[in-house]
Formats: sequence, structure tokens, C-alpha cells
Amino acid sequence: MYETLSSFAQTWGLGFFVLMFLVAVAYALWPGNSEKFRSAAHQPLIDKDPSDD
Amino acid sequence: MSTRADISRGSGPGFSIGTVSLLTGLVALGVLIIAGNAADPMMGAHAWIFFFLTVAGLMITGFWAGSLNGRNPFDPAFYEDTIVKFGVAAAMFWGIAGFLVGLIIALQLTWPGIFYFPDLGWTNFGRIRPLHTSAVIFAFGGNVLIATSFYVVQRTCRTRLAGGMWPWFVFWGYNLFIVVAGTGYLLGVTQSREYAEPEWYADLWLTIVWVAYLLVFLGTLWKRKEPHIYVANWFYLSFIVTIAMLHIVNNLAIPVSLTGSKSYSLFAGVQDALTQWWYGHNAVGFFLTTGFLAIMYYFIPKRVNRPVYSYRLSIVHFWSLIFIYIWAGPHHLHYTALPQWAQTLGMVFSVMLWMPSWGGMINGVMTLSGAWDKLRTDPVVRMMIVALAFYGMSTFEGPLMSVRAVNALSHYTEWGIAHVHSGSMGWVGFISFGALYCLTPWLWKRKALYSKALVEWHFWLATLGILFYIVAMYVAGITEGLMWRAYNEFGFLEYAFIETVKAKHIMYIIRAAGGGLFLLGALLMAYNLVRTALGHGEAGETAANDAPKTATPVLQPAE
Repeated sequence: MYETLSSFAQTWGLGFFVLMFLVAVAYALWPGNSEKFRSAAHQPLIDKDPSDD
Repeated sequence: MSTRADISRGSGPGFSIGTVSLLTGLVALGVLIIAGNAADPMMGAHAWIFFFLTVAGLMITGFWAGSLNGRNPFDPAFYEDTIVKFGVAAAMFWGIAGFLVGLIIALQLTWPGIFYFPDLGWTNFGRIRPLHTSAVIFAFGGNVLIATSFYVVQRTCRTRLAGGMWPWFVFWGYNLFIVVAGTGYLLGVTQSREYAEPEWYADLWLTIVWVAYLLVFLGTLWKRKEPHIYVANWFYLSFIVTIAMLHIVNNLAIPVSLTGSKSYSLFAGVQDALTQWWYGHNAVGFFLTTGFLAIMYYFIPKRVNRPVYSYRLSIVHFWSLIFIYIWAGPHHLHYTALPQWAQTLGMVFSVMLWMPSWGGMINGVMTLSGAWDKLRTDPVVRMMIVALAFYGMSTFEGPLMSVRAVNALSHYTEWGIAHVHSGSMGWVGFISFGALYCLTPWLWKRKALYSKALVEWHFWLATLGILFYIVAMYVAGITEGLMWRAYNEFGFLEYAFIETVKAKHIMYIIRAAGGGLFLLGALLMAYNLVRTALGHGEAGETAANDAPKTATPVLQPAE
């Protein structure tokens, strides 16, 4: 049981986490997202009420 | 704008008030039964505290709901700011209580006879030390996080908090947990798990509250009007989700009886130790770090009116912390029965954490690009940037201390205390003070704080206090660490343990003085915030200056 779990964690589990992390980094660096992130960086500066459109 | 149809669909104000009251009533009934059958006096005391506070809550809710006269208290056209005001007040109250208890135990360590009475067990250092740690981390820090998260998620999602009455359940339920935890330490109720001392029934209650917190937060994100979920909300969400997971796993225990306060952990031996430090270190990572980084990502841009320096970096910062932090816990168990590979794993991941931490620090500091003058003119901004400097310092020091060879010297010494306090007073404390200084004028609609000069005083008193504190503890820690490992020419230990304690006495005095300065600064802050809320001093100029502007709008020619 321990052997099975640990060998799974050290191969597929590790690979899965690394892959997921690379997906997150790719999302952050994807050129197509730059406009979205530019406006997101300004999000705290917007002062609007819930009823404003 | 709720209608009769809304209420019948279950989304009106009555529904959430009803469900909160129902749950609270059931809990009150349950604890009344326990109070009547308590197996030990501590459980009896806690059951009665629970009972009286939940019944008081029900009665106040009833009176309040009765006075509504058809008004919708959860009008979606407005933000829920009253709860944030309560959170600010609670944080300030618990902060001062926690800093005061910290000062008392610092004095007890320096002069063991101070504030210790053999007939009063609750004045023992062992009882009030967890009172200090829980008060500053969970009562002060927790209320800051609940208040700021409720404020930030509404603004960045441009929608009112979800759940109607449930956010109030979260706030009061959490503070009830704090009261039960704190009184429990004084009564001697503890499961002896670092930063998780409360017993099983308090843990169960916190689980209910925390699940409600998660649902309120998710519900607010769900009905957001902004398409993008701002990065601060990711940080808050990671804090809420991970703390839920850590809290549940670390507190898996079997109570001796359902009417008694004692329970036993499901884990034993080294598994128990690892579970505890998996929890302990991730409480640092996801309570004291990601939660307060969320504050950084909202309050610093807002205060200096500049966008986040690099939004891309903030995403990489977030995900690398998430992927790495969870593995770092074993570094608390170097040279123990924990397998060597696990110790090494914890150490390697701790060293890896240095980079994302500094990435985040740089991102926060560089947000001031184009507004560097605010460091000089705005003491609140300076406070938040110094918080980031302490964040950078302690996230460099942490990886260093996690290296086994360094840990051989630093572990069990005052160096650890210095490290923790540079992180907690410097980073968590200062970023929280900054957020509270920002929030108070915003929430009470004041133009400025009552007194900027008092903020300057607070800043310098607290900074000096932290420096006194950490420098004294670094010296004490390295001194005792070296003394413990010193051998004489015959191969015997050079010093008796008591000699290493005596060697720290002067440093203990300096540490207590530093803690006193920090407390004094917080008292000035509380005074400043109260006067701000009341609209005195510089805070009161708003109405006079702004009123004419809003009262007489300039008409455009076309109109």
C-alpha cells in the first residue's frame, strides 16, 4: 500500500503538479491575455457602487 | 429590492435571517443539554458561555429583525459595510488585548514572579502564552482578514456580499470561537497542538463558521459584475480553502465523551508531529501570508492610486506560493524521528519559497512606481511598505533557517522567536495597521484620519519596538545556541542550562521594552481610529469642504 502510493506520488503525482504549474505560468505569460491583465491591474482603483453600470 | 416573490423563492432577507436563527437556536439547545450533563467543570463553563452568547445573539437578531418594518437590510444596491466596521473595531480590540498579553508574558519571562500567583493557575505562563498567540494571530489577524476580505471582494466584484444574514453569522461565530478558545486556555482546556490548542467542540464550531465563510465568499464571487476575478480574491480564497482543509485534518480527534472537554488525536507519534507541523507551517503560509498578501494587492494600489506593478507577476506569485508552501512543514522537524528524506523535502521546498516570496514583495513595492514621494508624505503607505520589507526579510530568513545545518543552531532558541516576530509584528502587524488606517476613513466617510502626526508616532514607536524586539532576540538566540553546543576540553558540556537562561536576562528586558513600544503605538492607533470615526480633527473637514460641492452641482449649458 505504502509502496504503491509513494511510487504513484513520486511519478504521476509529481508530473501532474509540475504540469499544472506550467499551465498556470503559461496562462500568466500568454500574450493574448495581456490586455485583460492590464485592465485587471487597475481594478482596485475603480470606485463604483453595485448599482452603477 | 426584494419583493414578495423573492422571499418565497428563498432569496429575501427573511430567509437568511431565519436559517441563521434556526442554526443558532439548535446550537443553543444542544449546548444547554451539554451544560446540564457536563462531565467536567471546564466543559460546563464553556457550555454556559456558548448558551448565553448564542441566546443573546438570537434575542438581538429578533429585536433587530422586528424593528426593520419591511426595510430590506440586505439591499443589493449597496455594499455591506457595517460588518466591515464591526470587523475593524473587533480587530483593534483584540489586537490591543493580544499585544498586552504578549507584554505580560515577556515580563514574566524576564522576572518570573511578575503577574504570577501560585493560587491562580490561570496566571501561569503556560496558560497565557497560547492566549497571546491566538489573540494576535486568530483574533487580531483573523478579524482583519474577515473584515478586509468582505470589503475587497465586494469592491472588486462590484456586488453586495452574498448570503444576507450569513456574513454576520461568520463574524459573530468567529468571535464566539475566539472567546471560547481564549477562556479555554485560561481554564486549562487545551489539546496541546501549536496554534490549534482549542478542544474538539470549539474546533467543530469553527468548522461550521468557516464553511459559512467559504460559501459567503464563493457566493459573492459567483454573482460578481466584473468578468475577471481580481488577484486579491484568489489570495483570500486560497486562505479560506486551505485553512478549512488544515483545520479539519489537524484536529481529527475522538472526544472522550460528548459532554467532556478532553479528546485524543487520531494520529500518534511521528505522524502526529508531522500532521501538526504540516498544519502549523501552512497556518503561517495561508493565514499569515496569502491572506495578508491579498491585503497588499488591494490596499497598496488603492492607497497610492497606482495599478499593480505587474499583474502577470502577481499570478505567478500566487500559483508558485500555492504549489510550494504546502510541502515546507517538515522543516520544523529536523533531527527528529521524521525520516530524513521528509526533512530534506521540507528544507528544499522552503528554500524554493524564497523566490516567489521576493517576487511578491517586489511587486508590492514597485506598485509605488511614479508615487515614491508618498513614502515621505503618507505614513500609512510607509507602514505598508515597511511591512513588505519585513516580509522580504523574514521570507529570506525562513529558508535560511530551514537548512538543516543552520537549524541545528537556531532551533529551540530565541532566534525562532525573533524570526516569528519580525514576520508577525513587522509584516502581518504593519500591513494590517495600514489596512485599518485606510479602511476607517473610507468606511465612516471621512476625508482623512483624525491625526496624521499620531500615525507618524505610531509608525516610529512600532518600528523601534520591533527592532528592539528582534535584535535582542537574535542576540539571545545565537548566544544560547552557541552555549548549548559548547564543550570543554574533557568533552563535557561547558554550560548548565540555567547559565544559558541567565545569559539572556538583559536581552529579555530589551525585548519587553520593545513589546511595550509596540503596544503603545497600537494604543495611539486605537485612539486615532476612534476619533476618525467620530469625525474629529482632520477627519471632520470633509463635511465642511465637500458639502457645498455636492449640494450645488455645476449645470452644463445644455441643461
